[in-house]
Amino acid sequence: MARLHVVTGKGGTGKTTVAAAMALALAGQGQRVLLVEVEGRQGIAQIFDVPPLPYVERKIATGVGGGEVFALAVDAEAALLEYLDMYYHLGRAGKALDKVGAIDFVTTIAPGLRDVLLTGKVYEATRRKAHGKLAYDAVVVDAPPTGRIGPFLNVNHEVADLAKVGPIRNQADAIMGMLRSDVTRIHLVTLLEEMPVQETLDAVEQLEALDLRIGSIVVNMVRHSPLDDEALALAVKEKIPAAELTKGLRAAGVAVSKELVATLAAEARDHAVRVGLERENRDRIDALGKQVTELMLQPEGIDHGALIDLAEEFRG
Amino acid sequence: MSELDLDALIDDPAIRIVVTCGSGGVGKTTTAAALGLRAAERGRKVVVLTIDPARRLAQSLGLTELDNTPRAVAGVGGDGRLDAMMLDMKRTFDEVVLAHATPEKAEQILANPFYLALSSSFAGTQEYMAMEKLGQLHKQAVASGDWDLIIVDTPPSRSALDFLDAPERLASLLEGRFLRLLLAPAKGPFRLMSTAVNMAMSVMNKILGAQVLTDVQTFVAAFDTLFGGFRKRADKTVALLREPQTAFLVVAAPQNDALREASYFTERLRQENMPLAGVVLNRVTNSEATELSAERSLAAAEKLEEADKSPLTAALLRLHADKMQQVVADHKRADRFKRGHRSIPTVEVAALADDVHDLAGLRLIGDLLTA
Repeated sequence: MARLHVVTGKGGTGKTTVAAAMALALAGQGQRVLLVEVEGRQGIAQIFDVPPLPYVERKIATGVGGGEVFALAVDAEAALLEYLDMYYHLGRAGKALDKVGAIDFVTTIAPGLRDVLLTGKVYEATRRKAHGKLAYDAVVVDAPPTGRIGPFLNVNHEVADLAKVGPIRNQADAIMGMLRSDVTRIHLVTLLEEMPVQETLDAVEQLEALDLRIGSIVVNMVRHSPLDDEALALAVKEKIPAAELTKGLRAAGVAVSKELVATLAAEARDHAVRVGLERENRDRIDALGKQVTELMLQPEGIDHGALIDLAEEFRG
Repeated sequence: MSELDLDALIDDPAIRIVVTCGSGGVGKTTTAAALGLRAAERGRKVVVLTIDPARRLAQSLGLTELDNTPRAVAGVGGDGRLDAMMLDMKRTFDEVVLAHATPEKAEQILANPFYLALSSSFAGTQEYMAMEKLGQLHKQAVASGDWDLIIVDTPPSRSALDFLDAPERLASLLEGRFLRLLLAPAKGPFRLMSTAVNMAMSVMNKILGAQVLTDVQTFVAAFDTLFGGFRKRADKTVALLREPQTAFLVVAAPQNDALREASYFTERLRQENMPLAGVVLNRVTNSEATELSAERSLAAAEKLEEADKSPLTAALLRLHADKMQQVVADHKRADRFKRGHRSIPTVEVAALADDVHDLAGLRLIGDLLTA
């Protein structure tokens, strides 16, 4: 069963929110979940309204049924020193690297190595054992956006190309092995708009070409239309009958003016045009043949309560 | 609170560079393209550098060829001109190498595995290359007079700040001891190095494997002569961004995270002494019938539904209620932002129903930006 859930999406689609809701949904099934952030934005802390996360796993929420969500903001430089210490037991030498600016170097000129360290930390947390069993039932990663997700997840493959032998090569192979296995699923968050949908389609193609597995497409911020198909068709053709609308508004006790009638019809038209585009985009998503999850728009914005609502939608 | 007058900005001949920045998904690229078109149709000679445009937007600008050079946009009215290009980061990097290294060295660099990884798949390079390209376009504009206004879109970074930090990071890297250290074995006797350096080298060897270290060293040695030029150009571009001929536009949408990013960015520009022209609050929901509030509209819809009258009217009233909720929420957030940044000129742009996919759509955005 998949235990490592990688959540990506175009900027602005709400991938951090979706990752958080997914973690809460899994905790709601009684699981012990680690929610990981890798981009240094402290988005998780903001959503859960807790102080900025240190490079330490800390509990941020409790689910019903005894589940828990822990959160971790991975910092590449700290991860590098940790990594060096873990594999090479470098006390002084680690400091020496820092002193000559090597740490700065690897995380600056070769930001790819940053991805190596970030994915390495995710790998470590996913397979970590405590008291003879897995430390976490599931790990949810708020991953880089769709534009970067392929290179991010595939970085260890690149490393394997660069390093033909040695411990780095072994580690890289092990990480790629996990990311390509049944353990890992990638979830793509999108809105029903052109750009995010296009990026989603591109990302699916790219990820599958890299032998990575898609879990689901999450359509976020969905709004249900109060108009039925018949009304939508009238609206899009600008054929909402003004007489009926005038009569209806009077019956509803609204002060009627020509302008109001025209405005309501125009709003219906704009809405119908958008619904039409959304349906086209939804068809493009459906054509992928992947599992699709819809999450409703939270008009009041995202707070802890909204996250819990979204988590429930996840569990369906 | 003052209004941002974008027509005055693009008409000002002293303004030669406009940089649009902001978090992802707020309409940065569309804003850059719409301003470019408007400036061109008002007589400026404009080049727009986009990083990652939506397909339909790219088509509307005729950006079908990815040859990393500006192409004229067809269908532009007025006396000006509009060229547009999409950044190809690997190609830009390759061109820098080819332009500044001897053919023999260039060949060495271009074939180096470390360079291949750095220039194509590693993050951060896009920011370096956007700055490099801006520097090139500026140089070409000054030399040839082809353009008198460059509009630059910034990469969809994990943070809007990467764009600003990239050249500084490069500069500090070039001054770093580590680079010198990597070069040292190729240049001088190993024994002159300190113990710490020796230890670091042996650790790097152990961790990375001899092959990687050799690749990196070969790359750095070949690249050494280019670094100075990189440094100089990066410094120059940063200096250019501080000049009064540059104007930064921060683009935001009325959502909390986008506004938070915008606040952060305006503050950062102030600290860096970079000229902020103002903030574009994009995609603000508006209605022509604000006199009918969400609450009243919803109550009216319910009244009709209870009486089983005109379901069409009830549906339209519910739709209007949803819209008014959005209008109130967007304006509340936009007003809060404006109150918190009284000294910064802002302009609100109404949300459109449809995506922009042609020049007419861009013209409409241009009108809204300057309404």
